[in-house]
Amino acid sequence: MVLPIFLTLAAISILTALLMVLSKNPVHSVLYLILTFFAIAGQYILLNAQFLAVVHIIVYAGAIMVLFLFVLMLLNLSKETEPQKSAMWKLSGGIAAGMLLVTLVGALRGGIEVTIPENASGKVGLVENLGMVLFTDFVVPFEIAGILFLAAMVGAVLVGKRDLQV
Amino acid sequence: MQLTQRSKNVVKKEMTFLERIYLPAIAKGMWTTLKHFFRKSNTVSYPKEQREFAPVYRGWHVLKRDEQGRENCTACGLCAVACPAEAITMEAAERERGEEHLYREEKYAAVYEINMLRCIFCGLCEEACPKEAIFLTDRIVPSDYARQYFVFGKDMLVEGVEPDKRVDVTVRQKHITEKNTQPA
Amino acid sequence: MSLILLFSLGFIIEKAVLIIALFALTLGVAAYSTYGERKIAAFFQDRLGPSNAGPWGLLQPLADGVKMFTKEDFVPNQSERWLYILAPGAFIFVALMASAVIPWGTTLTLGGLNWNLQVTDVNIGILYVVGLASLGVYGIMLGGWASNNKFSLYGAIRASSQMISYELAMGLSIIAIVMLSGSLSLKTIVDQQAGMWNVVYQPLGFILFLTCALAECNRAPFDMAECETELIGGYHTEYSAMKLGFFLFAEYINMFISCTVISCLYFGGYHFPGLDPNWLGGLMGPIILLSKSFFFIFVFMWIRWTLPRFRYDQLMHLGWKSLIPLAIVNMMLTGAGILFFGK
Repeated sequence: MVLPIFLTLAAISILTALLMVLSKNPVHSVLYLILTFFAIAGQYILLNAQFLAVVHIIVYAGAIMVLFLFVLMLLNLSKETEPQKSAMWKLSGGIAAGMLLVTLVGALRGGIEVTIPENASGKVGLVENLGMVLFTDFVVPFEIAGILFLAAMVGAVLVGKRDLQV
Repeated sequence: MQLTQRSKNVVKKEMTFLERIYLPAIAKGMWTTLKHFFRKSNTVSYPKEQREFAPVYRGWHVLKRDEQGRENCTACGLCAVACPAEAITMEAAERERGEEHLYREEKYAAVYEINMLRCIFCGLCEEACPKEAIFLTDRIVPSDYARQYFVFGKDMLVEGVEPDKRVDVTVRQKHITEKNTQPA
Repeated sequence: MSLILLFSLGFIIEKAVLIIALFALTLGVAAYSTYGERKIAAFFQDRLGPSNAGPWGLLQPLADGVKMFTKEDFVPNQSERWLYILAPGAFIFVALMASAVIPWGTTLTLGGLNWNLQVTDVNIGILYVVGLASLGVYGIMLGGWASNNKFSLYGAIRASSQMISYELAMGLSIIAIVMLSGSLSLKTIVDQQAGMWNVVYQPLGFILFLTCALAECNRAPFDMAECETELIGGYHTEYSAMKLGFFLFAEYINMFISCTVISCLYFGGYHFPGLDPNWLGGLMGPIILLSKSFFFIFVFMWIRWTLPRFRYDQLMHLGWKSLIPLAIVNMMLTGAGILFFGK
């Protein structure tokens, strides 16, 4: 019973991700991306990682995408004002994307040994275990990530305060 | 410089801590509204219950008939002259033979119109009337959709002949006579 | 995997019946909230309120519903048609989903069967509610943007920034509760308040949460998204008929759910001193919880008809400069309290 659900969710996530890239209207892109996030959250739930799933929804779908949408709504989007990109730009974009693809394929080609933890008692993704792991084994990366966020925040404030004498 | 006694010096002073956290002010406001919550409402649900009219209320006019059912109005035009809003127009006609049961005197109003949109319900017409023909009553002029329907002709103004269709104006009549007999 | 294996026919039927009952309850409460709102507003203003449809106007919600259904369903010419139609549906869908994790009572014994009065006791219950609250803004944003109307767009933009700002303070005040109870499951949080309600330990947290709940529900004094005096209805300016009805309905559902969540987090959920939630075959629990949440609905309306609307910059100042620091202080105080006095 898990496999069909997984396949459906996977199909939905790939389809909506493609639609996100292909759709002309940026607002539609954002909406497709939200659907992608929901499909991924569904995958988390299949893995019984409810906490991750709901945090994924809150942070990505609930906050970041709202901000995206917020910014997009403020832009005056219409066919006339759409910037016409020159062939040069298109070419450089294509090369950049192609290089990313090559890197990804190269990295994945050898096949990453997927180890499904055998102790998966269905409790791995729950809050207690996750918190325990974060605050014991991975406390240093966790704190570093925190400092990174702090730095980003300070940077954002600096950028936001234009009249600040630097 | 103070120009008037009413001018008030507005001082924008720093708010104290209690004012800044808003909560006492909010509680005060909520207490005020709560007191209103338990207060009796002043509403009169109009079509179902009606307020009492003042005995001298001035509403929809009536053209009176006498006891034998004859119209009092002789189309003298004094009401139209008295009317400050110029709402009253009329056309006089002579009473024919055989119409004695309809009109009290030899002359009568063939057309009598009051434009209810112009009328200010001041009551000067009834004071001017020498024949006690026109009175204002406590009936409310009904609403309508178009202006032309507010020009009330005789069909809307003259009271019915049948006893149950008569409009009682005794209070009003008394009031007018008192007013007219008062030394100026 | 264990998640899937739990599904059996009886289980599905039980949950289906419970979900349908919950939907009926939520929609009924929302419908009568509209009546309550008008009646309470009238009483606060020394008026009578709706009184013609049925005794004391009790059939007013039905009359409103008939009106909504029979009105012209209008779609603006230049609108983004599909999103315009999708938005109210998304809004009410998200609003209705939240009731799934709320523990309405213990177990109800009905017809010889034991009904668990909580659709699902996920161990992240409160996060689920927060997540849905943050998704609720999409309906407003899509509706406002798709209408192709500047007032609607203003409403949508205000709604989104307001939601993001107040979610933070709300989350931080919830964290203090989670620290107290050591669980994210609403059922555990409620059961730990059998002795003493959380509001005793968390008075500041309660005020913060109440304020944020008002903001999240777009209720006055924070109804910036629709404020009829400056935005003539805001995000639902262009909506008519039942689409508008969906928006309004979903707002009342949101209010009901928030009031229930407040009762669960701070006021002991289905516990009340001197009353056992297992009385009346388990029916006492829902009765207690519903009375509490009706009380808070009344408080919400009371606030609405007392306080004037904030200005938009005041709203942002309050959110970022007062509520969030206060919520952090509250969190630290709670932590210190737990550290020094134990739980």
